[in-house]
Amino acid sequence: MESLTLSDVEQKYYSELFLSCDVDNAKKVASNGKVLDLFRAAQLSNEVVLQITELCGATRLGHFGRSQFYIALKLIALAQSGLPLRLESLNVRDLPLPRFVMGKNEQETRYTVMFADAENQGPYLPRPPGRVQAKKVSTHEMIQPCVTTVEVQPDTTSPVVSPHQSPPTSPHVWRKHKRQASGGNVERQPSVPGVIWPTFREQQGPASGDGMWSAHSPPPVQESWVSFTDTPPSSTLPMHPPSAQTSGYEDPWKITDEQRQYYINQFKTIQSDLTGLIPGSAAKEFFTKSKLPILELSHIWELSDFDKDGALTLDEFCAAFHLVVARKNGYDLPEKLPESLMPKLIDLDDSAGVPEPAPEVGFSSSPVEVTPNKSPSMPSLNQNWPELNQSNEQWETFSERSSSSQTLTQFDSNIAPADPDTAIVHPVPIRMTPSKIHMQEMELKRTGSGAQQPGVVAFPPAVPPRPLPTQTSAPHGLRSVEGEGLPAHTSTSPQQMPEQPNFADFSQFQVFAVEPPVDDAEKPSDTGPADRCAESAGVVRNATNDVQAEERSSTTVNSAKVSTPLAPPPKPVRRRLKSEDELKPDVDELPQKSNVLATVLATQPSIPR
Amino acid sequence: MAVCIAVIAKENYPLYIRSIPAQGELKFHYTVHTSLDVVEEKISGVGKAADQRELYLGLLYPTEDYKVYGYVTNSKVKFVIVVDSSNTSLRDNEIRSMFRKLHNSFTDVMCNPFYNPGDQIQSKTFDGIVSTMMVQTS
Repeated sequence: MESLTLSDVEQKYYSELFLSCDVDNAKKVASNGKVLDLFRAAQLSNEVVLQITELCGATRLGHFGRSQFYIALKLIALAQSGLPLRLESLNVRDLPLPRFVMGKNEQETRYTVMFADAENQGPYLPRPPGRVQAKKVSTHEMIQPCVTTVEVQPDTTSPVVSPHQSPPTSPHVWRKHKRQASGGNVERQPSVPGVIWPTFREQQGPASGDGMWSAHSPPPVQESWVSFTDTPPSSTLPMHPPSAQTSGYEDPWKITDEQRQYYINQFKTIQSDLTGLIPGSAAKEFFTKSKLPILELSHIWELSDFDKDGALTLDEFCAAFHLVVARKNGYDLPEKLPESLMPKLIDLDDSAGVPEPAPEVGFSSSPVEVTPNKSPSMPSLNQNWPELNQSNEQWETFSERSSSSQTLTQFDSNIAPADPDTAIVHPVPIRMTPSKIHMQEMELKRTGSGAQQPGVVAFPPAVPPRPLPTQTSAPHGLRSVEGEGLPAHTSTSPQQMPEQPNFADFSQFQVFAVEPPVDDAEKPSDTGPADRCAESAGVVRNATNDVQAEERSSTTVNSAKVSTPLAPPPKPVRRRLKSEDELKPDVDELPQKSNVLATVLATQPSIPR
Repeated sequence: MAVCIAVIAKENYPLYIRSIPAQGELKFHYTVHTSLDVVEEKISGVGKAADQRELYLGLLYPTEDYKVYGYVTNSKVKFVIVVDSSNTSLRDNEIRSMFRKLHNSFTDVMCNPFYNPGDQIQSKTFDGIVSTMMVQTS
């Protein structure tokens, strides 16, 4: 290389510039970051900058020594003057000093972006919007060679000291992970010897995110990947993506595409269905591998399990993984889940889709509140059960599911001790109130022909008078698959409103919901519940069933009930006769039910009045 | 509203106790401990059938300084709230809602797979909920 002779002015200027780039105070090596930053400030095209770097020998050496730096500066001056870049022309006299347009902010902003798109034009392109103003300001400050460099220096040194890290690119991430033990490499710039051109992408602008992120928790890690002990392949992933990541600028907690893909792959190893859930135990095992303390994992779980269901959806899992990665790299966990990590909700129409941690209490309905909610929640179960297989991210289904699961457990505790059989064995007398009688009469009137819409009829009595539906509507429900007739079937005990065994009949409910007048369809499906019907018929015996009510109920009772009418007590006999007389016309109308009628009527007898 | 909130496990050891005035710590611990007797008495007396037992136990006993309220879950985890008597006495509904919130938070803690039942409750969310209920007094 030709020896470089600089004029005094040039010498002074160059040395100042070198000092400004010499953040490590090595006095020998100018940090690549700042150097390249400087070159960018020269407003030369990328190719030229590349050429200059090559010419001055930095690419060969891998770093900018003082001489390289000076040569480069000279070349910049050449280029800016429009002269061809030749080493021979290094000693051209009377060359204007290289001009650098830069300000403190620009330097910051340029760090991670400048080589991100080395291939592209426009070094300032990926600048985040917030920085545009900074740039504009700085354009005004044309740094005068001698005077302002002094100013620049203290400015340029200060951003360097920032403890924060901008989210570097993924390849950078990987190398950082390799080179440094932990994520705590925030302080110094990666201006380490041996950095070659491609590695410039690894530049971190320590200050670049500073202003933006002071409000947030420290920017996380787009950086080093957590390599769980038994997932070594994962760590190779960051090497591949070539494109730089500047998404971190806008939001420190945002998940990049590669990271997201990586998380998704990890999710698949636990749960192959991407719309499915990872149960808590599996997630616990997985995250325990990260060797974080249990307390922190617990906190991460609390943050990421948004719907508090004890399982992780894909989004929740990604958020949790992201937090784990961040924590592994030394960033503190936030107190609240950052916006960008909140699970996406599919049902965008739902206003409740706006994620708020506050309403979470509403999702987990307290057990105390479950009791009064039984009836409204139960019918909704019918609608939600088919939905449960679809989107797992509909808040309503979650709430329903959680509430329904709680109601289910409630049912369990309530019903378990009271079997249908035992209930029949120990019948509970119910006093017929006038309202009930009246309602039954209403039912009669409405279902004049008999079997048409027992469902409709059954519904009104279902809700208010609790004992009533269990007996009267039990048979109704069977026959007419009314969705609302949930309370119907198993009249295990009069006090119980919604009966659990109804679940088996959900299909019936849906069928009914679709085609209201489904008597025929229901009949065949009644064979199942027919047994229960038989039992309920037994209860009917004890309950305050009206003759008229039974008429309907009788339709549901199949021949299976034939067994039930054992010898009725004398009192009932009277009833039977009476009812038979009354019902004879009905029997004619519904021939197929005649047997049933008889049996049911037989069971009628002992209605305490 | 509360000066002390405690969560007692089924085996009657504390999972979580927090009280407001620092010096009264021991006194409140003792109070909670003695209130357990009352709680036991209430829950053993009620459960004759498998009926749904009222979770909220109500005022366990009043002393000159404060009142103690109790609440027990289906899994025999007890919540005890000690309220300062000098406070305009809180309505029953408010106490109930406090217990409900506690129960919800406790359920969330339980849902966390990293929480081993029987451990001390160290969840920040739970702490937050408790703080909202206690800060209001002081």
